[in-house]
Amino acid sequence: MKQSRVVGTQINKLKNTGSTSRKNKIRWKDMIPFYVMMIPGMVYLIINNYIPMFGIIIAFKKLDFQKGILGSEWIGLDNFKFLFASKDAWTITRNTVLYSVAFIVLGSLFAITTAILLNEVRSRMASRLYQSLILLPYLMSWVVVSYLGFAFLSSETGTINSMLRSLGFQTINFYNEPQYWPFILIFTNLWKTIGYGTIIYLSNVVSISKEYYEAAAIDGATKWQQIRKITLPLLKPTIITMFILQLGNVFRSDFGLFYQMPRGSGALFSVTRTLDVYVYTALMKNSDFGMSSAASFYQSIVGFILIVSANALVRKVNKDNALF
Amino acid sequence: MREKPTIRIIAHIWMFIVSMLALLPFQLLIIASFTDNNYASIHGFSFFPKQWSADAYLYIMNKWATIGRAYLMTIIVTIVGVALSIIITTLFAYGLSNTKLPGVKVISFLVIFTMLFNGGLVSTYYSYVNLFHIRNTIWALIFPGLLMNAFNIILVKNYIRNSIPPSLMEAARIDGASEYTIFFRIVVPLSIPILATIGLLTGIAYWNDWQNGLYYLTQRDGGHLYTIQVVLNTINESITFLAVNPDTSVTSVTDLPSTTVRMAIAMVGIIPIILAYPFFQKYFVKGITLGGVKE
Repeated sequence: MKQSRVVGTQINKLKNTGSTSRKNKIRWKDMIPFYVMMIPGMVYLIINNYIPMFGIIIAFKKLDFQKGILGSEWIGLDNFKFLFASKDAWTITRNTVLYSVAFIVLGSLFAITTAILLNEVRSRMASRLYQSLILLPYLMSWVVVSYLGFAFLSSETGTINSMLRSLGFQTINFYNEPQYWPFILIFTNLWKTIGYGTIIYLSNVVSISKEYYEAAAIDGATKWQQIRKITLPLLKPTIITMFILQLGNVFRSDFGLFYQMPRGSGALFSVTRTLDVYVYTALMKNSDFGMSSAASFYQSIVGFILIVSANALVRKVNKDNALF
Repeated sequence: MREKPTIRIIAHIWMFIVSMLALLPFQLLIIASFTDNNYASIHGFSFFPKQWSADAYLYIMNKWATIGRAYLMTIIVTIVGVALSIIITTLFAYGLSNTKLPGVKVISFLVIFTMLFNGGLVSTYYSYVNLFHIRNTIWALIFPGLLMNAFNIILVKNYIRNSIPPSLMEAARIDGASEYTIFFRIVVPLSIPILATIGLLTGIAYWNDWQNGLYYLTQRDGGHLYTIQVVLNTINESITFLAVNPDTSVTSVTDLPSTTVRMAIAMVGIIPIILAYPFFQKYFVKGITLGGVKE
């Protein structure tokens, strides 16, 4: 390499071109190792992400396993006609969007509150202990969480029912009664994600300069006034950014939560089935490639439009926080 | 300057309640797994059962051929997955960190685009099963989705760009070091903090993964590959899973795993994470903070 560099300068001299323009020229030979190092990652992106992206054309085909995706017959929008003719399309869209919005609003509210209060805990030991404890649920898989849920909700052995029984009340068959599930799902999601949200907001609260608070305290501001007039206004850009970015994801639901918590109970479908669960069930349980690919396509495209719009909005608010 | 302690008291009370809510289900899980099964089936699970028993754990010891195997699979998948993930991600991120590389902007865009658009489950499933034939192989647990993601690439790329002085690499180049030497001798050792962070996040994702097992393993041909999470999920879907012996395949009702056994298996699944948690907690918090707004 050293040699080629020397040769390079000699050629420069010979050609008598300006050395600056020569320096800016890329020497391809030096760049080859970088491309070589990126090969495994590129291959993975192609296999894991880009081939499936092109695979969404399944939605417009009548899939024939013998002929593969490309050889199968085009059927235009037939799959979508079936999907949107069914009641399911509306139910799963409504569930996905409403739960997402509830998670975003309540999740932010609780995370911000917890972060601000956690910041008031002076003892470092106590603060770290609280952080560890509230993050613990975030570490668990949804399968494990569904076991925890079962310990509470089961109609035979669940704690809630055994309490109801000992107090002389009627027991509740949770896995058969839809009306409790919006609350159960929202609570479970909050329980699992509040630690994560808190840590993110806490890192923003901590970075606010202490001088503001000192100055306010000298002027006689109470803690409550400091939170309202200093902390919250300074957090506002972060809150707005996070809010919009999360709104971009309202068409994606957490498959684990909606698949694991209701334990596949058919009686609960009307309030627990979201797009992701529907796609999975149609594909794996009913082997219905038409319906599932149409629903999957619908989710991907609307989701894409939402994320891009959300990001465009974030760029207007705060350019540094935009994804691209 | 006198500060009223009210807000601190409120803060402690609030944090105490939230922490207790976080812990409560785990307490119930532990107690439920140690509750006498007959007592549980009559009175249900309670935080204060009158009859205790370790029978559930004895049952698990008897079924250790299945559970122990699943444990081993979880460990293998996690180690192999994390190792491959770190290698692929770091190599890729190092390439991306080179701003002079022709086409680097296009490749960056291709990475970010994966965060915006995806093919969805159906075509992903179809291509993995019918093009790459990973069903019922160990690669089904390692490859799909978890191996590399845009988020980790960006974290490592930014770290390399911001924390490793370019003069260091330039000096090595002048001394005749190849790019590969620079990568392994300079970039990797100096990136250890960020690699530990993404390694931890990836490790947790592999340890907790049950979806790949659900999609790509079948009980008949892929049962030997089940990880502990996949076993837990399979028990959820069919309670007979543990009871059916591979050699006899006879199931009697008395042999079915009871609810307390299921609680005990869930315990077995989370014990390693809880034990290791105090040691990696710091890095975990750091990983989350880094992710922050760009999530």
